[in-house]
Amino acid sequence: MIEELRQSCRKLLEDGTVNVVIAYGQSDPEGPVYPIFVTKPDDADKIVWNRQCYANLTTYLTRKEIKALGKSAILVKGCDARSLVVLEQESQVDRATVYVIGLACDGVGEPDLAGKCRVCEVHMPRAVDVTIGTAAEEQHDSQERYAAVEEFMKKSPEERMAFWKQEFERCVRCYACRGVCPLCYCNQCIVDKNRPVVIDTSASLKGNFAWNITRAFHLAGRCVGCGECTRVCPAGIDLRLLNASLARSAEENFNYRAGMDPETPPVIGTYNAEDKENFIQ
Amino acid sequence: MSETEKTEFEPKIVAYVCNWCTYLGADLAGTNRLEYPSNVRIVRLPCTGRIDFNLIIKAFEMGADMVVVSGCHPGDCHYTAGNYHARRRWTLFRDLLETMGIDLNRIHFAWISAAEGKKFAEFITEITDTARQLGPYRAYREICE
Ligand code: SF4
Ligand code: SF4
Ligand code: SF4
Ligand code: FES
Repeated sequence: MIEELRQSCRKLLEDGTVNVVIAYGQSDPEGPVYPIFVTKPDDADKIVWNRQCYANLTTYLTRKEIKALGKSAILVKGCDARSLVVLEQESQVDRATVYVIGLACDGVGEPDLAGKCRVCEVHMPRAVDVTIGTAAEEQHDSQERYAAVEEFMKKSPEERMAFWKQEFERCVRCYACRGVCPLCYCNQCIVDKNRPVVIDTSASLKGNFAWNITRAFHLAGRCVGCGECTRVCPAGIDLRLLNASLARSAEENFNYRAGMDPETPPVIGTYNAEDKENFIQ
Repeated sequence: MSETEKTEFEPKIVAYVCNWCTYLGADLAGTNRLEYPSNVRIVRLPCTGRIDFNLIIKAFEMGADMVVVSGCHPGDCHYTAGNYHARRRWTLFRDLLETMGIDLNRIHFAWISAAEGKKFAEFITEITDTARQLGPYRAYREICE
């Protein structure tokens, strides 16, 4: 599979279909995998594909440095392809200018499979230009998808609040969660606005609650659960749980799952006059 | 908390209302000399579509015991669909707050039109009673200290 992948990337660069391939690289087989931006056909041999390929590369598509390189090709796993769908729906990526290489994926994580991969339904990526390799498809129901949320909701509200206090206490406001997220692409984040200050910028519990509520809610109905924010958080905060709770809400209330189908209109920014309102007096 | 403290507690309530319906409803309640508790501080915004969730958080940060969000009935929004968009966001936002362990009894949503001065007065009276019964909302305030 890797030779086929390198071959296709080399060809895309050689015949000028694209100027850059956004891919995975690794200098030491024992070391970490990192994003690489391949512009020369000969460098296609540097591309790797293995269980350490966690990164959701679609986050680079909206960067001006990448856009400046011209037409790009990008490697996506099934979960990453979902964020690409959202980016396109939100007019952030012109799909016609990107060549999307889907990677059939059995899962990432070593030695243990990542949590998202255990309930993955997109082992074969959708809405791509070409798929390399094959992987078996799987079906999971929403109970499996949101098992962690269901479990967490069994706690009392006081216990839940206490849990988040413990979590957010550790937040250092590095904004790595924001930096890595393909869907956190605002030119100016609300947390950086200072006229007026909306969210306390100090790493106090007050500011950390406001920040984490804001981050989670700005991704409501948009987060595709790629898990990158949680993976990069240096404080090990369980952001996935918050994301999953909103994803569950979007699915339960609006039968919507972000990035699963380019034809389904997004849940935020659209409405239905018949939407439920049993909580409004 | 002793009984005397309980009776002395006056809840702080912040009401975010839209300019075209609920604000006028509150105004009507006033011109009709309908009585409602003075615990509520009204903040007027152009439309429910403009009532950002950060305003709700801000109110709790500043010590609100209860927050009210109210605007035009479905179909009556001055900007056609601001309230429809808002309604979707509230649905998701309430679920997020619930996961966070924030007490949903502390946030109330309503549709109150410019003609519903009576509904406004009754609604405020009712939620003020609820707020009195619930007592001070300390959970969020504590994290802000
Ligand atoms: S969620 Fe699916 S597509 Fe994504 S890394 Fe895991 S197995 Fe691969
Ligand atoms: S990555 Fe973690 S520590 Fe950094 S801002 Fe996000 S939640 Fe806070
Ligand atoms: S919020 Fe986290 S899990 Fe969701 S799309 Fe962004 S990086 Fe991925
Ligand atoms: S103007 Fe009242 S809800 Fe939009």
